[in-house]
Amino acid sequence: MSPSQPFRKSQGGRIDRTRTVAFRFDGRRYLGHPGDTLASALLANGVKVMGRSMKLHRPRGVLSAGAEEPNALIGVDWGSGNIPSIRATLMPALDGLVAQSQNCFPSVNFDLGRALDFTHRLWPAGFYYKMFKWPSWRAFEWAVRRTAGIGRLPDGTDGTRYRHLNSHCDVLVVGSGPSGLAAALEAGRRGEDVLVAEQDMAFGGSLLHDSMAIDGAASDDWLEATLAELDGMDNVRLMANATAAGCYDHNLVTVHDRSAAYRSDGPVETFHKVRARRIVLATGATEQPMLFGNNDLPGIMLAGAVHAYAGRYAVNCGQRVAGVVNNDFGWHSLLAVHDAGTPVRAVVDTRGDVERELLDAAEERGIAVHPGATPLTAGGSSGVRGFRFVAANGTTKQVDCDLIAMSGGLNPTTQLYSQAGGKLRYDERRHCFVPDKDPADLDVVGAASGRFDREHGSIVRPCTVAPVPTSRQWVDFQHDVTAADIELAVRENYVSVEHMKRYTTAGMAVDQGKTSNLGALSLLAQLTGRSPGEVGTTTARPQFMPVTMGAIAGNRRGDFYRPAKRLAAHDWHAGEGAVFDDYGAWKRPAFYGDDRAASIAREVLAVRQSVGFFDGSPLGKIEVKGADAARFLDRIYVNNVLTLKPGRVRYGLMLNENGVVIDDGVFVRLGEDHFLVNTTSGNAERIAAWLEEWHQCEFFDMRLVLSNVTSQWAVATLAGPDARAVLQSLPGLIDLSTASFPHLSFAAGQLADGAPYRLQRVSFSGEQSYELSVPSNRAASIFERLQAAAGPGKLVPIGVEALMVLRTEKGFVHVGVDTDGTTNPLDIGFGAVVDRKRRDFIGARSLARPNDRRTDRRQLVGFELLDRNASVPAGAHFVTGNDGERRSEGFVTSACDSPTLGRTVGIGLIEGGFGRKGEEVLVYDSGRNLPARIVDPCFYDPSGERMRA
Amino acid sequence: MLRIPCPCCGERDEAEFRYGGEVPGSIPQTDVGDEAWADYLFARDNPKGLVHERWCHSHGCGQWFHVVRDTVTHRIHAVYGVGEPRPVVDCSNESQADGGR
Ligand SMILES: [Zn+2]
Repeated sequence: MSPSQPFRKSQGGRIDRTRTVAFRFDGRRYLGHPGDTLASALLANGVKVMGRSMKLHRPRGVLSAGAEEPNALIGVDWGSGNIPSIRATLMPALDGLVAQSQNCFPSVNFDLGRALDFTHRLWPAGFYYKMFKWPSWRAFEWAVRRTAGIGRLPDGTDGTRYRHLNSHCDVLVVGSGPSGLAAALEAGRRGEDVLVAEQDMAFGGSLLHDSMAIDGAASDDWLEATLAELDGMDNVRLMANATAAGCYDHNLVTVHDRSAAYRSDGPVETFHKVRARRIVLATGATEQPMLFGNNDLPGIMLAGAVHAYAGRYAVNCGQRVAGVVNNDFGWHSLLAVHDAGTPVRAVVDTRGDVERELLDAAEERGIAVHPGATPLTAGGSSGVRGFRFVAANGTTKQVDCDLIAMSGGLNPTTQLYSQAGGKLRYDERRHCFVPDKDPADLDVVGAASGRFDREHGSIVRPCTVAPVPTSRQWVDFQHDVTAADIELAVRENYVSVEHMKRYTTAGMAVDQGKTSNLGALSLLAQLTGRSPGEVGTTTARPQFMPVTMGAIAGNRRGDFYRPAKRLAAHDWHAGEGAVFDDYGAWKRPAFYGDDRAASIAREVLAVRQSVGFFDGSPLGKIEVKGADAARFLDRIYVNNVLTLKPGRVRYGLMLNENGVVIDDGVFVRLGEDHFLVNTTSGNAERIAAWLEEWHQCEFFDMRLVLSNVTSQWAVATLAGPDARAVLQSLPGLIDLSTASFPHLSFAAGQLADGAPYRLQRVSFSGEQSYELSVPSNRAASIFERLQAAAGPGKLVPIGVEALMVLRTEKGFVHVGVDTDGTTNPLDIGFGAVVDRKRRDFIGARSLARPNDRRTDRRQLVGFELLDRNASVPAGAHFVTGNDGERRSEGFVTSACDSPTLGRTVGIGLIEGGFGRKGEEVLVYDSGRNLPARIVDPCFYDPSGERMRA
Repeated sequence: MLRIPCPCCGERDEAEFRYGGEVPGSIPQTDVGDEAWADYLFARDNPKGLVHERWCHSHGCGQWFHVVRDTVTHRIHAVYGVGEPRPVVDCSNESQADGGR
């Protein structure tokens, strides 16, 4: 016996005794062997308390030896941070590992939070719900926020690399116990493409600790031979440390692969999306706890787990074992544990009719048997000191023990089965829910199917509440839900399983009730006089086991989370001192210079007084070409398309079928059958897809093609009184005089250097303005040539913010800013355009509904604050009435401190706005009420002379 | 996540597609009454069982097409082009009401 591991048996187990690993737990150094889990290594070192419960901070030891573990959740320092709530039962004991217990202060053995336990009567089931009603959630919030939750969130950058992989296979086998391996072998021999996902670090399931005869061979030999054969097949892939976490439509299974998660040279977690022609679920069954007083003490474990620690890890979990069971599987574990050298003193069985065979086996080994007993309580406070029960003859008895191995029966692990659409049936005899009706292309085998090897035909007797009112009986260990909590829920009429679950929080902890759901619902059944089948189960949603958020995100983080679109001339703008901001997916210059407000004002005045330059490349550009192009667009736009002449430009609105404005912009007739549609920047993809949908799904008899050419063309917008002079100096352009190229004209040609160009005279600023499109790869060079042509410092680059001020001064709407999901074209002043068009267009019929014609709808107006020095942000409300009965009549959609006008102006939507010009209203913002006057939305050059100059 | 057989490209993952909802009725004439218009805009069958719906292979060929899908089992019984007649689907031996979530 290794002196550092006093509870390690001298031989046996699947650990590598030739090597040791050293790790730290709560600051202390321990030794273990490769093949150990953290839980088995700690048990070998005599560490019993591994965590604290979530609500009451009760000391808790390890309950299980697998995925169902509710108690031994630990934080692990690995890579660059701390990973919280790792199951010690699945975590390999690695050399150099540093782990901590959770939910305790100052230490796991002495935790001040335990005060919660001593005052537990103050925190009954439904505590939160009650506090919300009385006295006040706020009175408790501070305390609840500090104590609620479990584990510590990692800080800093996560050093693990996460990736997603798509896999396809003929057969996906989930679980590598005897049934899973047999299924894999069969499919592999048939030549099928097989994937085996095992969440443990080793293959074999129960065969790793249990022995039996398989196909006439000892199970150890069978396991070795089977794994060797599977290993040799090219068509079989075996994945360990890989948890099948969710089952989705059309046989998609997500598998969280942690096989490289603890590599010292850059950990990797992989999220496999496995598409399988057939799924074989060999997920086994989960042993359930027994119900008796203090059944949560450290030193009370599932009998199968005690067996696993003895057989697989060669660990003695105790010296004097008492078994508390209601089924034969528990017996099987206890006898095996005894034979492996961990003496079992007594078996307390709640069934009166224990099989002769078992009674004989106990007698041979000198184990006392108490059939037909009623369990009472476990003795001890931080460890087990004995077990009390009422014998069949009515006398109360006590067993001296330091370990209680309990078995409340097996429950098939059917979460994935249910997610796949499988139906469960309650099995009275075995007291569990078993698969009843398999979905297509899915098979469930072995214990998961409800066929248990060790049953010998005898029944499982459901647990009942022990007659010990003074000590608590835990149903859900992690969430501290007791039998009394479930009784309380029933008394308060939470008798639906879904209500009981939410009220008591049973099964809602991070273990998802793997060892508590069945117990809770069968208690609910007993208390309400129903069968568990009538009560039913709650829905088992993905994920089956907690999956790292990073694994779900994959590489979609940092720069890959939402890839930014950069302008072709991004670097040129940076050289001009641009400060970039996000506008939709685009990174665009917000302004140029250091001082935001001053820069914006300078840029605005440059456009008003001389000339500004704006990179409008993200402007949506969609070409529509074909014999029916005009007819198609006439259905799309509110505006008349048919009358537009080639070479001319028209402003248009697009609506959805509900009559709501979804986009605006100009459209150009390039030729008789050829149009260019401009969309709002950032809306190009959406509108291109929308046009495709209309063409393909509704107007499919129209002959045309659509092409989104947005990124092909960079757009240089020159605006201001000097725009024409600067632009005309570019060799090769047409004559730009207003006589030959008036406002709303279009031309295309070649510049002197051979570059094709498209030019349209349109304005979003209210000044004389030209949009010059050149191939994107020429953007920076054209920008430079324009700047050179203008002369030093003459052509002022302006950012998006200045453009927004310019268009607000002009009262031009920005769809999506000045309009919302209810705004129709009438609301923004396009009633005349709508009524002039006699033909149908998308949304036309909706505009004829009485509601769309109401005169008290929110309508677009301008406003100016009476106090010339005040300002308000967009979002401020127009309010009416006095304090106490104040009402919002609408809100500010755009506002700016106008450098041109020297005051704050803005536009907004207000009820019945068109009829209220001149009226004084209040604008409410952050506690202030500012008087304002409703005016026409156009504050600058209302006649449009400057634009057309 | 479904596997959807695109009529142009073959079976692909749902992630490559965009959903377009139930195939609506044809667009009414502009002189239709308010109620019938609202019906066209908002009312959908939302059946438990077979539904005819639109999908677009947006990350593939870009084609819109129609899919006949069982909303209970998610089985796809047929795909057909926009404007083509609805195919006759035999699902008599399928237990439609069972197997749901
Ligand atoms: Zn396709």
